[in-house]
Amino acid sequence: MATQHSRSAARFMMAPAVILLLGWMLVPLTMTLFFSFKKYLPLRGDSLANGLDWVGFDNYVRFVTSSSFWPSIYATLIIVGGVLIITVILGILLAILLDQPMWGQGVVRIFVIAPFFVMPTVSGLVWKNMFMDPVNGILAHLWRFFGAAPVEWLSQASMQSIILIVSWQWLPFATLILLTAIQSLDSEQLEAAEMDGAPVLKRFWYITLPHLSRAITIVILIQTIFLLSIFAEIFVTTAGAFGTKTLTYLIFQRVLESQNVGLGSAGGVYAIILANIVAIFLMRIVGKNLDA
Amino acid sequence: MGNISLNKVSKTFGDVNVIPPLDLEIEDGEFVVFVGPSGCGKSTLLRLIAGLEDTTSGAIHIDGSDATSVPPAKRGLAMVFQSYALYPHMTVRKNIGFPLKMAGVDPAEANKKIENAASVLNLTDYMDRRPGQLSGGQRQRVAIGRAIVREPSAFLFDEPLSNLDAALRVNMRLEITELHQQLKTTMIYVTHDQVEAMTMADKIVVLHAGVIEQVGSPMELYQNPRNLFVAGFIGSPKMNFLTGKFAEPYKAKTIGIRPEHTDISTKSGDWKGTVGVAEHLGSDTFLYITIDGGDSFTVRADGELDINYGDTVYLTPRKDKVHRFDEDGLAL
Repeated sequence: MATQHSRSAARFMMAPAVILLLGWMLVPLTMTLFFSFKKYLPLRGDSLANGLDWVGFDNYVRFVTSSSFWPSIYATLIIVGGVLIITVILGILLAILLDQPMWGQGVVRIFVIAPFFVMPTVSGLVWKNMFMDPVNGILAHLWRFFGAAPVEWLSQASMQSIILIVSWQWLPFATLILLTAIQSLDSEQLEAAEMDGAPVLKRFWYITLPHLSRAITIVILIQTIFLLSIFAEIFVTTAGAFGTKTLTYLIFQRVLESQNVGLGSAGGVYAIILANIVAIFLMRIVGKNLDA
Repeated sequence: MGNISLNKVSKTFGDVNVIPPLDLEIEDGEFVVFVGPSGCGKSTLLRLIAGLEDTTSGAIHIDGSDATSVPPAKRGLAMVFQSYALYPHMTVRKNIGFPLKMAGVDPAEANKKIENAASVLNLTDYMDRRPGQLSGGQRQRVAIGRAIVREPSAFLFDEPLSNLDAALRVNMRLEITELHQQLKTTMIYVTHDQVEAMTMADKIVVLHAGVIEQVGSPMELYQNPRNLFVAGFIGSPKMNFLTGKFAEPYKAKTIGIRPEHTDISTKSGDWKGTVGVAEHLGSDTFLYITIDGGDSFTVRADGELDINYGDTVYLTPRKDKVHRFDEDGLAL
């Protein structure tokens, strides 16, 4: 049969890509799982060549019972939640603003997208040195101009600062998706609501916002997945100090600063589980939304 | 009450003068149809009355009071849009109830009005569905229901049937006419379809390039078109226009003869011609004839006429039904 023939040919042709992708995922995953059950402290002389001691679930227990674990979960949730709230709300407002007919719309839109093109490390450094530096930063100058004592952003308001930096980076993404959604709203619906006696705010609440609900869900889903793993912004600003140590950052510290590969791997497995729980949860919301 | 009067109303978009100053009176309880080819400004005129567009100059009076700068919600008018503009995330019940909710009507009373509108429009079985789960005709009825519950002083329809298929269109046409007879509310209806205009209207307003060409009852427009445009626009198939030697005996620049006002014979008559296409509809036969000299002429003849492609025929217009027009296209 020709179809069967072509089907097996297709499988054969696709095999390299599938194998590559699977290997790409499976090799690190198995290695992480493998290390998470071993005592592996390279600085104490442990190495693969000498053989690693099997320690069962010791690493998992130690990771969770460590005093940094719950604060790191808390920090992760605060940062993800804060950034989501800020980007979604400001994103909707900016999208409405950009949807208004105005002079130089095209240029303004490009400017709005710009922060998304800046690498996380760079934007972290720019914010740290140019804006939030307590001596030379623009914000410090501004505070002094009004006679106030400059805020030491990254130590006194560390969490807020990180949320601000990350929100600045992700706002364009939210704005862009929400803008396209707003543009797809049938103007006759708004006119009908106007005729029906709904003033501007009610039109927004009853017509525009429900129309945006799908886009908002998608923004939340995609951003959550990426925000769970933010790293560079924290690394270059607070380096995990002042309560900004997220789960991702904690794992990094366990593996590279404490040189405890086993413990870090166990943390990695926790992170995988956490991300998957969030993903399943969000997929169901999106799925429900996409049905309607 | 629902009389609307437009006084020297005009509208320009930038440099484009869509509607030059125009006067129009609409009496209470009338079914008025704005008809004209696309781009003639009929929808703009409706939107001016609705308040969705601002007038460039002139005044609009609704129920005797100046409504020119009154916002759309406060004019007491309800509009049915071409795309229906239903709220996709709300059920039929909530769609119909939306204007009441915005007006802050007591929920129990609102519910009564919604049920009432639903039973008038046969929507009772679909109240908990969303617009996406309804057919075109049902959506149309929901849009009308949303307009009815407000008990407006006038309904505005913007080409409401153009998204429906032919059979449904005829049905909805009847339903809207019946609704008008039940409610006896002023209705303004915009369409480009002269059949809808002829069948539904008490008064037809023929628009062309923003200018009112003629206002009158359907039969007035059919019998006494004021100019060439109205004569050609009203009536289907279109009126035949002949000039030159055909018009001379009638002392006119152009004469117009409706297809149904021409006698056809295979033996003798005023003009000789050759049949091009013959459309046999059963009830009627439409014959597209080329008269000697090259002019084309449409004849509406008896349904069982046995005339086909290539036959030679003779045409005789009924003298008393011939419309005469001067150089400027105005009726004589």
